[in-house]
Amino acid sequence: MPQLNLHHLQIQQLTPISLEVAAGQCITISGPSGCGKTQLLRAIADLDPHQGEIRFNGIAQSEIPAPQWRRQVGFLPAESAWWRERVGDHFSNPESALFGALGFSLDWLEREISQLSTGERQRLALLRLLDNGPEVLLLDEPTANLDQSNSQRVEQLINSYRQEHQTTVIWVTHDQSQHQNSSCHYCFMNGKLEQQKWS
Amino acid sequence: MELIQLTPWDLSLAAVLVLLLAGLSFHLQLGIEKRLTIAALRSAVQLSLLGLVLKVIFTQSNPLTIGLLTLFMLLVASYEVMNRQQRRYRGYWGMGVGIFSMFLSSFSVTLLALLVIIQVEPWYTPQYLIPLLGMMLGNTMTGVALSLDNLNQNAWQQRASIEARLMLGHDWHTAIAEIRRNALRTGLIPIMNAMAAAGVVSIPGMMTGQILAGSPPLEAAKYQILILFLVSASIGLGSMTAIWVGSKHLFDERQRLRLDRLTQPKR
Repeated sequence: MPQLNLHHLQIQQLTPISLEVAAGQCITISGPSGCGKTQLLRAIADLDPHQGEIRFNGIAQSEIPAPQWRRQVGFLPAESAWWRERVGDHFSNPESALFGALGFSLDWLEREISQLSTGERQRLALLRLLDNGPEVLLLDEPTANLDQSNSQRVEQLINSYRQEHQTTVIWVTHDQSQHQNSSCHYCFMNGKLEQQKWS
Repeated sequence: MELIQLTPWDLSLAAVLVLLLAGLSFHLQLGIEKRLTIAALRSAVQLSLLGLVLKVIFTQSNPLTIGLLTLFMLLVASYEVMNRQQRRYRGYWGMGVGIFSMFLSSFSVTLLALLVIIQVEPWYTPQYLIPLLGMMLGNTMTGVALSLDNLNQNAWQQRASIEARLMLGHDWHTAIAEIRRNALRTGLIPIMNAMAAAGVVSIPGMMTGQILAGSPPLEAAKYQILILFLVSASIGLGSMTAIWVGSKHLFDERQRLRLDRLTQPKR
């Protein structure tokens, strides 16, 4: 049984999207800006009103209370937002192994958000999301603000998390190498989400 | 002490002051002369009309006309609440939030004062009901307007962090709790300032009026204290209701942040 199932999901003026992603599978999505990539992820996370059906493990989105759905289906937006001053105030049970994997230590919990760079915030936002133990990951260009080595750390962390927890991953990215590492690549073309074949 | 009657001549002298201010604004290009003159004219016309209407209502003491007048007051106050907002709710909600919250707070506090505290017979005696309700509505209007304006502005500005919390599985209460607290504080600041300054810095308008009209100062003070307490209860209750109802309306049944339910600010 597929883990995440989209059926005739209607976003903006696009052709309705139907898609199945199995447990532990990672798909990547690309397309020009403004084509609906972020809108698609926001609809799956149930942040915007939408038409069509989304199921997770066979249960419809509407049957699960919204906060619980969003804990299961974790969305990492392109820009991270924080609501308290200290990093640690945003975590419930931070794991040093995960922090170490992205080049942080638990000392970073004491840091002030305002003193962090965009890239640091972006990586910490991923840790904050994983802290929730999501079963689906919706990633909106998670490595866009990162240098090569941090980019690789993030990719490795996501892949090991996916393999360990059999997480379904939908990854929006413009990075060619990330497309090739995924099991399936989709591209928005002319208002339609189409699967790309590797030659 | 006799009540000294004001003649039209007395009032025109005071009006000259406003005209001087308007002239000064014109001369200094402050650009408020038009609005100032209109506001002054409005208040003169509205208060004179009110005087005439109250004269009729006080002599008739007909529950129906009194009811209609209170309804009219409520509608005007709600319109003012809506009008003072940068980002107001679309559709019926624009007025609805104000009507509901001020009806719940001002009307119930006024009723409590009439039935339990002042114990007027009958309770709808217009000499008591209308001025009391006016005082409640006027002040609650300011509190509700400030609270809602603050709530909606902050929700708009901090939408990214509200959504960040929703994405992490927080419910809508938690996601907007701090913004809500702030909004309530903002709505209550004027009345708290007024209570702190009362009698030391300023003599409140009602007490001034009573003293000028010949009441003994201590009696006037007691009424003023009563009014201040009632007004703060009404503002607090009204602002809390408005913030509760308003913030709930910013989210839909799936706890999504729905800022599309607010209008764009006026230029």
